[in-house]
Amino acid sequence: MGAGHGHRLHFHGHSRVHRASAHLKIATLVVFMLLVVATPNEWYGAFAGWLLLLLAVVALSGVPFGYLAKRMVVEVPFLVFAVLVPFVAEGPRVEVWGLSLSEPGLLAAWGLVAKGSLGVLAALTLAATTQPHEALAGLRRLRMPDLMVQIMGFMLRYLDVVSAEMRRMTTAMRSRGCDPRSPRHWPVLARSLGALFIRSYERGERVHLAMLSRGYDGALPDVAQPHQADR
Amino acid sequence: MTVPVLDVRGLAHAYPDGHQALFGVDLHVHRGESVALLGPNGAGKTTLVLHLNGILTAGAGSVTVSGLPVEKSNFREIRRRVGIVFQDPDDQLFMGTVREDVAFGPANLGVRGPALDRQVADALEQVGMSEHADRPPHHLSYGQRRRVAVATVLVMEPEILVLDEPTSNLDPASRRELADVLRSLDVTVLMVTHDLPYALELCPRSVVLHDGQVVADGRTYDLLTDHELMRRHRLELPFGFDPATIPGQSGIGNLPA
Repeated sequence: MGAGHGHRLHFHGHSRVHRASAHLKIATLVVFMLLVVATPNEWYGAFAGWLLLLLAVVALSGVPFGYLAKRMVVEVPFLVFAVLVPFVAEGPRVEVWGLSLSEPGLLAAWGLVAKGSLGVLAALTLAATTQPHEALAGLRRLRMPDLMVQIMGFMLRYLDVVSAEMRRMTTAMRSRGCDPRSPRHWPVLARSLGALFIRSYERGERVHLAMLSRGYDGALPDVAQPHQADR
Repeated sequence: MTVPVLDVRGLAHAYPDGHQALFGVDLHVHRGESVALLGPNGAGKTTLVLHLNGILTAGAGSVTVSGLPVEKSNFREIRRRVGIVFQDPDDQLFMGTVREDVAFGPANLGVRGPALDRQVADALEQVGMSEHADRPPHHLSYGQRRRVAVATVLVMEPEILVLDEPTSNLDPASRRELADVLRSLDVTVLMVTHDLPYALELCPRSVVLHDGQVVADGRTYDLLTDHELMRRHRLELPFGFDPATIPGQSGIGNLPA
């Protein structure tokens, strides 16, 4: 929970981007992403334009670029996939540094990297400038089905609890001479993940009981709304 | 005699896997009483608690709360009247902030606006957590989370407060703070606990449950000093703790007539 108030992705600030209402930011993000995805891969200038626009928003928000760059590592698996595409794709080949690469593959890889990076950076900017509970309220205002918003809210609430449980389990494993990082112990790790799943499932049932005990009937009451305005 | 707040008669329950947890439990708790429910692990205490607000339904026998039977058609009112504080506060606190969490119960009962805000503020005041109203529950200490859990139930103005292992995992200071809170409340209490000194401190009357049956019901002091009874039902006092040496203890705890 080292991130102070809020969440690991959130960067505390009072810029105009921070203060903008959450549903506007979410809608803007979705429109921006649709435009980026719809841009043909060959329109290099357009991508430069999108990037400049995004960087301008980041600059306005006052979130350090390094802060966002560090969190962009989530993209790595996609980048690995993008690197593979030129090797495996069909079509005319070109020689690059002595390697024979597929030309359409290169273009597809470029598109994947450019669109993926823009998307991740835009999403991170939203997360950095919006408190999780504001984002949820925003989604609700955008008429996202209530059940989905509830599920996302619970995910946020219990992320820390479940990851703390996982940490305690791996600590206990280490204390008994097992290194969860070594591939030799991966079967054990897999089993402990199974145990974690069962525990989380059972916790879910207990939470549900506790909710029923307080009169829950399927709809989360709008208790957040009246306080949201004056915060 | 008045209608008991809690009236359990001949309650029996078997789980779907065939394990029978309760064999004809009788328990009556009257208004204003504080009763400890004692018993070894696996005695059926939690099973009994889950019957009190209809989470589990009776295989045989009945549960009534201030005259209202625990039945599906009454669940809404029953769950307002019976406030259960569960053992793990992380199971009970699931909203984004303390304030929203405390508001969850009354909002389900249809309370809105300023009335809701006032009830929430009152409940947080009662447990001394007012200044933490806007913090996320998972950033609080364990003892603070437990007190918020009590507030989430108090806010529904229950007729009986049921606490499942209220002192588990608490440090001695948090344990004492919770005792101060519980003592200051004007509410009927049923407390499930292994913490016998706590039972003696807060509950004049105790009920011992063993193997799904009530095996003793009387003054806490009398039960805890009955060595034969304690040994028979796997109850043990902490090392060095002797109720008889506590001044004034043998005199308190007169049961209401």
